[in-house]
Amino acid sequence: MIPEFGYGVLAVSFFVALYSVGAAVYGAQKKSLAMIESARRAMLLLFPLITISAATLIYLLVNDHYEVSFVYEVTSRSMPTYLKVTAWWGGQAGSLVFWSWLLSAFASAVTIRKWERDIEFLPWVIVVASLTAAFFLGLTVFYENPFMRFWSMNGSVEPSMFPPAGATLFTPQDGRGLNPLLRHPGMVIHPPMLYLGFVSFVIPYAFAIAALITGRTDDRWIRLTRRWTLWAWLFLSFGLVLGGRWAYDVLGWGGYWGWDPVEIAAFMPWLTGTAFLHSVMIQEKRGLLKQWNMILIILTYALVIFGTFLTRSGVLSSVHAFAESAIGPLFFAFIGLTFISSIALLIWRWPLLRAETEMKSMLSREALFLLNNLLFMSVLVVCFWGVVSPLMSELFTNQKITLGPPFYERATAPLFAGLMLLMGIAPLSAWGHSTIQTLGRALWKSALVAAAVTAVAYFTYTSNLIALIGFFLIAFVVLVTAQEFWRGARARQSAQHENFFVALTRLMGRNRRRYGGYIIHISMMMMAIGILGIEIFQAETQNTLKQGESLTLENYTITYREIASWDNNGAGVNYTRAVIDVQENGVYLGKLTPRIDYYFDSQQNMTIPGQRSTMRDDLYVLLVDWQPASADGATFKVFVNPLVNWLWVGSFAFLAGVLFAAWPDKDPAEERSHTRQVAKQPSAAD
Amino acid sequence: MQKTKFLFGGLLILAAVAYLIVSSTQASKEYFMTVNEVKAEGAAAVGKSIRLSGAVIGDTIQYDAQTLTLTFDVAHVSGDNAEIESQGGLAVVLKAAVADPSRQRVKVVYVGVKPDLLRSEAQAIMTGKLDAQGVFHADELLLKCPTKYEEAVPQQASN
Repeated sequence: MIPEFGYGVLAVSFFVALYSVGAAVYGAQKKSLAMIESARRAMLLLFPLITISAATLIYLLVNDHYEVSFVYEVTSRSMPTYLKVTAWWGGQAGSLVFWSWLLSAFASAVTIRKWERDIEFLPWVIVVASLTAAFFLGLTVFYENPFMRFWSMNGSVEPSMFPPAGATLFTPQDGRGLNPLLRHPGMVIHPPMLYLGFVSFVIPYAFAIAALITGRTDDRWIRLTRRWTLWAWLFLSFGLVLGGRWAYDVLGWGGYWGWDPVEIAAFMPWLTGTAFLHSVMIQEKRGLLKQWNMILIILTYALVIFGTFLTRSGVLSSVHAFAESAIGPLFFAFIGLTFISSIALLIWRWPLLRAETEMKSMLSREALFLLNNLLFMSVLVVCFWGVVSPLMSELFTNQKITLGPPFYERATAPLFAGLMLLMGIAPLSAWGHSTIQTLGRALWKSALVAAAVTAVAYFTYTSNLIALIGFFLIAFVVLVTAQEFWRGARARQSAQHENFFVALTRLMGRNRRRYGGYIIHISMMMMAIGILGIEIFQAETQNTLKQGESLTLENYTITYREIASWDNNGAGVNYTRAVIDVQENGVYLGKLTPRIDYYFDSQQNMTIPGQRSTMRDDLYVLLVDWQPASADGATFKVFVNPLVNWLWVGSFAFLAGVLFAAWPDKDPAEERSHTRQVAKQPSAAD
Repeated sequence: MQKTKFLFGGLLILAAVAYLIVSSTQASKEYFMTVNEVKAEGAAAVGKSIRLSGAVIGDTIQYDAQTLTLTFDVAHVSGDNAEIESQGGLAVVLKAAVADPSRQRVKVVYVGVKPDLLRSEAQAIMTGKLDAQGVFHADELLLKCPTKYEEAVPQQASN
C-alpha cells in the first residue's frame, strides 16, 4: 500500500503542475486574476504534495523495504539511518524527486512574496516553474519511478509499479547498498548543494522569460532576482568545492578536480552564471547588455538541465560512453524545446532590449566587464569543445579522439590568467570613461609591489614561469582590492570624522554588493594559491615497505610501523589500517593512519588517505596494497601537495563574501532606487 | 569609430581563443583505439598518445612489487557500445574476448601499484604510447569490472 500511496501522490502532483501551467497561461491570456490566483495556489500545493511523496520514499528507505527496487539499489541493512535518508538522492529516480521537491519549495517561496506592481510577471513565472516541475515529475511518474516493486513470475523477477498478472511480490533479503564512495559526509551534502544551485537558477530564468513575454524588459526582472542569483551561485560554487574536497578525501589520487565530463557539466552553468552575475551590474548601472543578459540566463538554464542530466544519468560509472538511459532523449528534447522557444522569444523582443547608451571607452568599467564576460564564455567554449570533441571527431574524421586534463589546463590557463588580471584592473576603472593614464595612476603602486613579491618568490621559492605569473597576478589583485578597502575607509573617515574601523564597517555595510564582491575576489585569489600549489608543485612517490622501513619525499620521511585488519560486521566493512610515523627534516611530527575500507555488500574498496595538513603543504599518504602473511610489507603512495589548504580556507572566505553580499538589507527597495539615481547622474552628464 | 574599435577587439579575442583551442587540441589529443586498430596501424601508431581499451587476460598478469612493474596482455574488444550491447553486454563480450585465442592482443607495461580490479575479464582502459616493439606503455590505467555493475534486478536465489 505504501508505495502505491507515494506513487499516487507523485502522479497527482504531476497533474497539479500541468494544471498550474494551463491555468496560468489561460489566466494571462484572458486577464483573469481569478485564474492566475488558481494557478498560483496549484503551484503552492506542489510543495506539500511532493513533500508527502518524498516522505513516503524516505519511510521506505529507512525501513528496509527492499521489495521496492529503488530502495534495493541504494540502501542495505548495514547502512546507518542518516545514510538511508540521504540515499534519497543517491540514485537517479530519487534524485529526480529531490529536484522537483527543491523546485517546488523555491517556487512557493517566490510566489508567496508581495507582487503588487510586478503582478504581470506572476503568471509567466508560474508557467516556467511549473513546466519545469512537471517535466521532472513526469520523468518520475512515467520513466524513473522510485516506487516500483519487484514481482516474481515464472522464475524471473521484474520491477514494475503494478503487479503483472499472476505475479507475487518479491522481497530481497538485503539491498545492494549505496556505492561506498558516496558514503562520505562530503558526498552527503555535495549533491544537494549542487542541486540547490541548479534549481535556484530556474527562478531568475523564469523572471527573464516573464520579462520577455510581457515586454517589460527594463531591469526590473534583474532587480527582483538579484538575491536569488547570488544564492544560486553560492550553492553551485559551494557544491563544486565540496565535490573537490570529497574527491581529495575519498578518491585517493591526491587531486581534487579531474576535468571529468560530469565535473565539467556542473562547472558550465557556474561559468555562465558567474558571467551573468557580473554583466547584470552593467544593465543596472548603464542600461547596456540587455540582450546579452537574456542570452546568459537562457544558456544557464539549459546548462543546468543538461548538468542535472549528466550528473544523474549513470555516466559516472562509464568511462567514455554516455549511459543509454531511457530518459536521455527526453532530457535532450526538453532542453531543445525550452532553449529554442526561449531564443525565439528573445528574437521577438530583440528591438525592445536595445542598449540605452553606447559603450564608449575600451577601458571603461563596462567594457572591462564585457571582456570578463567574453573570457568566461571562452572558458565555457573550451569546456564544451572538450566534452563534445569525441563525438565531433568521429563525425568529421574517421578517428575518435579524446581530450584529457592537459587540454583543459593548457587552454583555460591563459583565460583564467586574463580573468585575474581583470579582477585587478576593473575595480579601479571608472564607469563611462577611463584612459590608460588614469588607470595607470591608480594601479602602478600595486603592480610595483606585486612585482617585488614575485621577485621574492623567485629567489626563495620557485623559478617556474607559470607559477611566477600566477603569484604576480594574485599579489596584484589582493593589493588592488585591499587598496580599495583602504581608500574607501580613509575617505569616509575624513568626511564623517569616524574612527578608521567604524568607517570601514559602515562603508562595507552601505555597499554590501561591492565589498562582498571584493571579499569574493580575495577568496578567489586564496583558492588560486592552492590550485597553483597543487597543480605545479605536487610531488609524489610510491614504494613497497617492510615494517620499520622508510620512504622520503621532499622534507618528509615516513616510516611504516604496523598494520591491522578487522571486520566491522555491523557496518558491513573490513578495515585495514596502517600506522606510519612522520618526520620532517628528522623531527618527529606524529602518526598517520591511512586505511583501506572494504565494503562486503558492494565488494568495493575505498582508500582513505592519512593526511597532515598545514598552510604550507599537505602530506597525503595512501595505503594502496598490503600482504597479510608475507614479509613483502605494504605499498604506500605519498604525495606532498604544497599550498593546497589555501583552496579550502579560501572557500570559507568565499562563503563569507557571498553571504555578506546576499544578506538582506534593512530596506532593499529604497536602497536600490537610490543607487540607481546616483549611478545615472554621471551618464546623464556625459 | 568606436564600433569598429570594439569590433576589432572582439575579433582579436575570438581569434586568440580559437587559436588556444586548436593548438591545445593538437597538443593534447588522444586517439581512442581498439587493439585491432592499433595492430592495423602498425608503425604509424608508434609514439601517438593513445587511449586503448581491451580485455585483460588473467594468465598473463605479472607484477613485481619491488619495482612496481606490472605487465599483462589485453585482447581486442569492440569500441562501439551499441555493438557490445547487441552481443549481450560488456561481461559477455569480455569473456568471449579472453576465451578466444585468435583475437589480436597487445602487451601492456605499467609502472605503478597494481590495482585491485585488475583480474581476468576486466576491461582495461589505458592512456599511453606504443613503442617500436609493439608494447603499450600505459601512464594511466583504469579498470572496469562487469561484475561490479550487477543487474538492477536481484537474483531469485537470494530469497
